[in-house]
Amino acid sequence: MAETADSSSGSVKNMWSYYFQKLLASVPLFLEGLWMTVLVSGLSLILGTLLGFCIGIARTSRFRLLRFFLSFYIDFMRGTPYLVQIFIVFFILPEWGLQLEAFSAAILSLTLYAGAYICEIVASGIEAVPTGQREAAIASGLNWFHRMRFIILPQAMRTILPPLVGQYVLLVKDSSIVSVIGLTDITRVGWLTVQRIPEGLMVFGLVGILYFCVCYPLIRISNWCERRLAVQDFQI
Amino acid sequence: MLESFNFRIILEYLPMFLRGLWATGWISLIAFVGALAIGILACMARISRFRFFSALAVVYIEIIRSTPLLAQLYFFYFGLPSLGIRMTEHHTGILALSLNSGAYMAEIIRAGVQSVPLGQIEAGVAFGLNYFQRLRHIILPQAIGITIPPLLGQTIVLVKDTALLSLISVFELTRASQRLTSERFMPAEGFFTAAVFYLLLYYILKWLSAWWQKRLIHRQAR
Repeated sequence: MAETADSSSGSVKNMWSYYFQKLLASVPLFLEGLWMTVLVSGLSLILGTLLGFCIGIARTSRFRLLRFFLSFYIDFMRGTPYLVQIFIVFFILPEWGLQLEAFSAAILSLTLYAGAYICEIVASGIEAVPTGQREAAIASGLNWFHRMRFIILPQAMRTILPPLVGQYVLLVKDSSIVSVIGLTDITRVGWLTVQRIPEGLMVFGLVGILYFCVCYPLIRISNWCERRLAVQDFQI
Repeated sequence: MLESFNFRIILEYLPMFLRGLWATGWISLIAFVGALAIGILACMARISRFRFFSALAVVYIEIIRSTPLLAQLYFFYFGLPSLGIRMTEHHTGILALSLNSGAYMAEIIRAGVQSVPLGQIEAGVAFGLNYFQRLRHIILPQAIGITIPPLLGQTIVLVKDTALLSLISVFELTRASQRLTSERFMPAEGFFTAAVFYLLLYYILKWLSAWWQKRLIHRQAR
């Protein structure tokens, strides 16, 4: 009796080490997935930041109609799941004559998604700059571009930076969803691997560790920014 | 693009979408209650004087916050059976969602509790109030008000995150639109209908949050 229990626990242990060996052998695949995740989130991070700054500045402008239409875009992006948005980009744009492969569809949808969140961060940062600063800049005869470039944005950056880095963490995490349209990022590699190695804890533990390596430093940077920039307040 | 939009098919499939909306609703509600409970527990552990508990809470919160929900979902979905734990997809999904949102809620609640000035807690100690009396009469009345808007914000995220459960074949709104897509091959009708229902939930929660914030300002002004 004791012997059978012993042997069965031994075989379980053997299976574990067998699967562990197989998992170790497929680590290069995971690293390729990591590269894809970093690539997709990095590209859409850059594009999304550009888009977010443009829309954020437009959102604080005087043009009522522009602000009205932008609020529709922002509400749609913030009010629907990213999963639905990526399906819309990947399945519906082809019907309207815009055929995208998985990679560009992922970049496009992530950029639009991140842009909507970043634009809110930028807009609230710009609104946090005291009106006196803007008025002083107008009185000094600076034009709109110079006002933005030299007076408002440098001060707004202080409010913008910590949540912006926080948004980048969310972007890296949301990039896991692009795996559903067949892009081989870390999550997709994990999903494919778990079909061969039926040890979900091990496989997705590794997936989690890889994401952790990317996201945790970003979270620390965000916290550091917050502490660093919070000490100095606007002094007028 | 709108002239090719088939409203009749949406009407035909409307009962299915409503069932999906209902499923999204109750899954979100249960996951919200679970997340709130986990969040309160994790927050209490995080700010407790016992190093062991606070370290445990930090590890939990940081792990959850730096890995994507989809990976966590797959971790439980593929991982639990190999531990010999069999759960339905619904239970796995609700478990993953609660654990995920719980970590964020713990941080929100902690920010609320720590916004109460330390002097007030010291005053409570000086009055001879015990831990629970301090919590009940000093901390909670001030902390609850300001934690409600960010908690509702997290709830919006939670409702949107239920869409991921469709990937482990739980029937809800996104799954309903996927079914319409696969049965009739009409992705535009399916996904835009789902989007409209999600927007509906989003606007309700956003309106609630704005209403509460307005009330909060009035209460402070009095």
